[in-house]
Amino acid sequence: MVEQNLRFRSDEPVGDPAVTVDAFADQSNATAVRIEPGDDARALLPHLDRLALVEVNFPTYGDGRGYSAARILREHGYAGELRAVGDVLIDQLSHMRRCGFDSFAPDQPISAEAADKALATWPEVYQKTVDGRPAIWAKRHSA
Amino acid sequence: MYQYDSYDQAMVDARVAEFRDQVERRLAGDITEDQFKPLRLKNGLYLQLHAYMLRVAVPYGTLNSTQMRMLGDIADKYDRGYGHFTTRQNIQYNWIKLSDAPDILADLASVEMHAIQTSGNCIRNTTSDQFAGAAADELVDPRPYAELLRQWSTFHPEFDYLPRKFKIAMIGSETDRAAMKLHDIGIQLVRNDAGEIGCKFYVGGGMGRTPMIAPVIGDFVPPLQMISYLEACLRVYNRYGRRDNKYKARIKILVHEIGADEYRRQVEEEFAHILTLNLEPPPAELERIKGFFEQPGFEAGLSDDLDLSDPDFALWVDQNTHAHKQAGYTIVTISLKPAGGIPGDATADQIRLMADLAKEHSFDELRVTHAQNIVLPHVKKADLYALWQKLDEAGLATANLDLISDIIACPGLDYCALANARSIPVAQKISARFADLGRQRELGELKLKISGCINACGHHHAGHIGILGVDRKGVENYQLLLGGSEGADTSLASITGPGFSEDGIVDAVEKATDVYLAQRADGERFVDTFRRIGMAPFKEAIYAKEPVNG
Ligand code: HEM
Ligand code: SF4
Repeated sequence: MVEQNLRFRSDEPVGDPAVTVDAFADQSNATAVRIEPGDDARALLPHLDRLALVEVNFPTYGDGRGYSAARILREHGYAGELRAVGDVLIDQLSHMRRCGFDSFAPDQPISAEAADKALATWPEVYQKTVDGRPAIWAKRHSA
Repeated sequence: MYQYDSYDQAMVDARVAEFRDQVERRLAGDITEDQFKPLRLKNGLYLQLHAYMLRVAVPYGTLNSTQMRMLGDIADKYDRGYGHFTTRQNIQYNWIKLSDAPDILADLASVEMHAIQTSGNCIRNTTSDQFAGAAADELVDPRPYAELLRQWSTFHPEFDYLPRKFKIAMIGSETDRAAMKLHDIGIQLVRNDAGEIGCKFYVGGGMGRTPMIAPVIGDFVPPLQMISYLEACLRVYNRYGRRDNKYKARIKILVHEIGADEYRRQVEEEFAHILTLNLEPPPAELERIKGFFEQPGFEAGLSDDLDLSDPDFALWVDQNTHAHKQAGYTIVTISLKPAGGIPGDATADQIRLMADLAKEHSFDELRVTHAQNIVLPHVKKADLYALWQKLDEAGLATANLDLISDIIACPGLDYCALANARSIPVAQKISARFADLGRQRELGELKLKISGCINACGHHHAGHIGILGVDRKGVENYQLLLGGSEGADTSLASITGPGFSEDGIVDAVEKATDVYLAQRADGERFVDTFRRIGMAPFKEAIYAKEPVNG
């Protein structure tokens, strides 16, 4: 099991090892799964209620497919842990949070202070995503 | 023009602070160049052959005079007294010191400008029609929609690591002045029979090594679903665009490989889902933005008459002005292509002068065109002669818009680390060879575009005459292409045959124009004649053996 390094949830971490998407399809009792960039996150949608952990692997930080995978899962109501693993750098944390990741197991650990600073970079956001932050347009017209 | 509120300002200010911190860490040696590179690229800072180059975004090509003046001041303060306006309606500075970059971004932020997403595999600065809000043939002013798009695309968390860069162009006229179909996405605002506005989405165009014309994917997307449709288009691309080969990673390859119908099907499916998420800014936001693009206070009932007794002025009016929607006003294009000059370059003094003239004569507005010129969109005809005189004094009254010397050229081997050949000297030689304005006007509309390598930053595929720099056994060599076009009649140019030396290509261009002059039918432009008679007569003339002397 990958040690997570940053976690933004208060529930107990899942102990089960994450299995591949293919293995998950065959194992009716698995609660943790790992998505590779080429996997279709939508294949998991019928099973969201039995999932407690989804790991999304970033073999290189430049491969951004995992951002879409994360958002799709959240958009369909997945509420369990969503963990970014692999080549996850400090500069990506804020975008990843916005796409629904709430835990991180980077190859190179990131300190909690550095993470806090990075996550505080953007005072506002222009888009509505899945992190609940109101978009600037919503604030402009909320009065 | 759009004005930042405290939210917009906070975003660019945050960016400046973040970048200042990153540069400090780099200068202190805390991070390596390898670690720093992706960070600086997010701020438009490239390391070129001789120095850092900074690319500044000009959102949909629109500037006010304060911003323009700042661009001139930056050229003086941090560069060598000039800037380079580019085919992406941006401005680049070629001689930047890394330690100055945060201060430049801070100066830009003070006038509501930035360099955000001017490079990297993200959604780049949106380009648009340089005559937006002014053109007589405009159906819908595209600027409010482009601003909506700017905000949506800024720091979009899902689409910052796309397979490849992503360029969107947006227009609202019948005439396409933005090469819309040669972008990853082109959006044309149209009206249906009921008079309602819709967005026509062209997806999967592009230049580079595999030029493609974008097919229509969405016929008539309601404007209040534009952002959701964009999310769908981008998500399908982000998930399924190729990442195994950077030369096949643009969306054009995806659309081409799976086919427009299958891509459309996937987009529609994603779109239906995204509509359930209510991601779209509310109508009130579009209305708020539209408020910034109200017509300026035009005087009503002005005459369209002009005193054209000065022949040089008359030529310039004929060549460099366009019909305005308001009687008594005109659209002026200032050519940055003087005979023998570097296309798109302007000195700090020229930039500031253009800023002053915009303030005095154009309701404070300027535009950058993708053909590397500057537009004053709202000039009162009664002021035109005085304006022209001031431009002329500053070397800015070249009357060559859309003529053979109005050349688009990329930076090429003089600056660019990817170049195979120089573009600028070729542009200068062609411009000098055809310097005689009478001769240029005889040739009529002739769009000549030069790229220094296959990446096609100089749009050579879309040139009536295109020139492509290649490397031939270590020697700079130039291929000639004919028959390209952008706009309503978008077509891709074809290569004539073997390449030429730097002087040889200038001769070859001249021979091609001779064929046109000999063969043209009434009213035909160069490209029309080419389309009618085909490549053969041009090839024959261009590659005819010269008689050997003595
Ligand atoms: C100076 C350094 C530059 C570098 C390293 C560079 C790099 C590239 C590359 C690699 C491509 C091909 C992209 C692909 O096919 O996937 C490209 C295309 C392009 N670039 Fe540049 N470029 C530079 C300067 C410019 C300038 C000055 C402009 C004008 C603003 C420009 C505008 C374009 C355009 C219009 C295209 C073709 C359209 C497209 O396929 O995106 N580039 N550039
Ligand atoms: S076309 Fe090639 S040489 Fe010209 S700017 Fe682009 S990458 Fe550089």
